[in-house]
Amino acid sequence: MRCRKCRQKAVINMRQHRLALCRDHYVEWFQQQTARTIKKYKMIRRDEPVLVAVSGGKDSLALWDVLLELGYRADGFYLRLGIDEGIGYSDESYAKIKQFVAQHPGTRLHVVDVKETYGETIPEVARRVRRGRGKPCSVCGLIKRHEMNRVAYELGYPVLATGHNLDDEAAVLFSNTLNWQVGYLARQYPVLPGREGFARKVKPFCRFYERETAAYALLRGIDYMYEECPFSVGANTIYYKELLNTLERERPGAKLHFYLSFLRAKEKEGLFADWEEPSVELHACERCGQPTSAPGRCAFCRLWPEDVLEQPHESFVPLTLVEGA
Amino acid sequence: MSEQAEKVKVVLRRQTWEVEPGITARQLLEHLNLNPESYLVTRDGELISDDTVIRPGDTIRLVAVISGG
Repeated sequence: MRCRKCRQKAVINMRQHRLALCRDHYVEWFQQQTARTIKKYKMIRRDEPVLVAVSGGKDSLALWDVLLELGYRADGFYLRLGIDEGIGYSDESYAKIKQFVAQHPGTRLHVVDVKETYGETIPEVARRVRRGRGKPCSVCGLIKRHEMNRVAYELGYPVLATGHNLDDEAAVLFSNTLNWQVGYLARQYPVLPGREGFARKVKPFCRFYERETAAYALLRGIDYMYEECPFSVGANTIYYKELLNTLERERPGAKLHFYLSFLRAKEKEGLFADWEEPSVELHACERCGQPTSAPGRCAFCRLWPEDVLEQPHESFVPLTLVEGA
Repeated sequence: MSEQAEKVKVVLRRQTWEVEPGITARQLLEHLNLNPESYLVTRDGELISDDTVIRPGDTIRLVAVISGG
């Protein structure tokens, strides 16, 4: 198999695009496609600083790398979850991110350590509040969303970028279609507009297969966290991804078509255009100001004891690492 | 060279296999009952394409690409 551009030996064949490329042309193609997606969905303006949510995995580190390569002022945000489970999951993830920062002079990484800031790791708080049927994933999602919003707002980033790829988006779409979660289907899109106090949320990798983001990370020499979160074993998302890949194996392009035709139906055919959110009155959380469906405190602030929330403001400020500083 | 040395060592996380050389990377995955959409194949740390033929004595590392929960 030869590279379509230079006829050198190809390192990857993307059957859904009928495109085989060598290393250099693949890296070039990947970065150009990301730039096209950013432009198509008006994700990031050239003059805007971007906060990239990084986990240490292939998608988020690849995204950070591409945004830097494209010349964006992209800084990282890492939430230390405190997940160990005998494999030092969080410690190793953090080590991968610090290694990435060390290899990219001038980059800035903001870190919030959940244990240091709020007194408990994610598994500890999940056990205390007995939420999530023995798994901390629900608490983890709640804390991640809150802290990403908070840090982007407090540090003045108008855009928050995540490494969600097409497989992530197609799995969510599949799940929401199986269950006819109309509200979620109506909201699913590569860009979630910003509003007062909240950064715009963007997914510049939404048109790449997971296989492609992994290939980019490998070809760019990005040393990412290969082990999965120990709590993700048996997760529905992984099961749906495997199902979709079974389809993809027999029908190249099926995943791409499933997701892109959904977006096209929304954009061109008015799918869900008349959908109106059930009128839930939103209130600002009396402590943090983030929106909540009931008056008083939001679900995040209700997780923590009073003495934790009454700490001085400085306790909540992220640690910022700057390579070379 | 012994027949054993001619085999190909395949590693995926903590699992290893020994297979006969002469098949392509895609055929290797199918032989191991792995979906080629869910794995990348590397040889000596270098990514190889679906049609690359696995040579005697190669050490192949498979990279699972599905993540998330």
